[in-house]
Amino acid sequence: MEAILKVEHLVKTFGTNEVLRDIDFSVYKGDVISIIGSSGSGKSTLLRCINMLEEATGGEILYHGKNILDGSVDEDRYRTKVGMVFQTFNLFNNYTVLDNCMIGQMKVLKRNRGDAEARAMEYLSRVGMEQYIKAKPRQLSGGQKQRVAIARALAMDPEILLFDEPTSALDPEMVGEVLDVMKNLAESGMTMLVVTHEMAFARDISKRVVYMADGKIEEEGPPSEIFGNPKSQRTKDFLSRFTKG
Amino acid sequence: MTIAEMNFFQRMLYILSNYGGSLAKGAATTMAIAIICTLLGCLIGFAVGLVQTTEPHRKDGMVKRGLLRIVKIILTAYVEVFRGTPMMLQAAFIYYGMSQLFGINLGMWSAAIIIVSINTGAYMAETVRGGILSVDPGQTEGARAIGMSHVQTMLFVVLPQALRNIMPQIGNNLIINIKDTCVLSIIGTVELFFTFKSISGALYTYFEAATVTMIIYFVLTFVCSRILRFVEEKMDGPSNFDLATTDTLAFTSGLTSYNNKTGGTH
Repeated sequence: MEAILKVEHLVKTFGTNEVLRDIDFSVYKGDVISIIGSSGSGKSTLLRCINMLEEATGGEILYHGKNILDGSVDEDRYRTKVGMVFQTFNLFNNYTVLDNCMIGQMKVLKRNRGDAEARAMEYLSRVGMEQYIKAKPRQLSGGQKQRVAIARALAMDPEILLFDEPTSALDPEMVGEVLDVMKNLAESGMTMLVVTHEMAFARDISKRVVYMADGKIEEEGPPSEIFGNPKSQRTKDFLSRFTKG
Repeated sequence: MTIAEMNFFQRMLYILSNYGGSLAKGAATTMAIAIICTLLGCLIGFAVGLVQTTEPHRKDGMVKRGLLRIVKIILTAYVEVFRGTPMMLQAAFIYYGMSQLFGINLGMWSAAIIIVSINTGAYMAETVRGGILSVDPGQTEGARAIGMSHVQTMLFVVLPQALRNIMPQIGNNLIINIKDTCVLSIIGTVELFFTFKSISGALYTYFEAATVTMIIYFVLTFVCSRILRFVEEKMDGPSNFDLATTDTLAFTSGLTSYNNKTGGTH
């Protein structure tokens, strides 16, 4: 099977600071991949490079075999196919919940208002936010905002959805509602790449886990292996800190 | 009764009854110049502020980068020169310069509008730049992440929020313009201050004429600031929202909307 996304020898430096060193991995249709690791290990930078919010310094990111870094792929078009959910939600403050989910469809995908609204309502219902269509982001709780952000990303019909620590800015009691939505998405076959500190999500829901340390992939495998029988000492140390709680 | 025999209030009434029309006309001219020039100044300010906050795209070539750099330098010079010199002198410089150097005689209106607009534009450019910078970068990232282009991101997401943030400053500019149009009297624009000078010159009642004119200026600026405050509230939208639901449990307080004024639904 051809990979949707293939990352090869990816390097990212900020000045003299090497944040990503020689990253290699592939994403296939239906994959649910959790990227775990300590803060500063390069997880978020990796996602941001994939979404082209950061410019990779070296290596290749192949989207259906085409390198997105050499300028041959239209950046804006590509981004509609690779959705992103942020730690800080980044809902548009000047629009209502419904408009947040419609504006991209209408302006970028050129869908008409009726189609855009129908699609927005479909995904808002899916995340349980259909009652709040008239609210502005400032009137919502963090968990509600994040669910709307997920609906906004889904409404663009992405092939892959990137999640950058989607629950890290939430109060503990709101983490569950967002994780439930993500679990539901994973079960429906959505291809997902999730940077997370939620070990339960990584262990129970993802199909593959990538452990990153110092800008490199230290270990990669199915959750049963990473959590049950980690090979690298660093992975063991990292996970033991979590299980000790 | 002659002017000399009148007391303070009688003189003010005398001015109003004899020169009320001129004052109203002067006030109208002042307001027209202030409003038109604030709007034009905003347009100039948005254009300049947008260019000033544009970063070259990573794929842009040397030519495009160089061009952007040159345009930015020119715009910075414009902002610094027009912020850094008195508008009264700018008025004289442009009005008399145009006729002496190019033989163009700017009419009173066009001269007034050109001068005040470009002056306001210079201040607004910095205000808009600040407004754009005040919008959370996450808003831009959110827009780019769903595939919006730079122009779409600016147009639909960043600028509407920047505009809301700088509304108080736009109000400030309008009020400053209402008062500062008085410097246009140097090129003979018949606005409120010019009218004051005519009246006081004709009647030698400086104190009373000044009082009357000041009151008119104050009413104009105060009404404008109240209207702008109202516009700001409108821009923010209602502080409450209705749930879109058919679940009757959500309607425990009845089917009518929450009333913003009375706070309840009754």
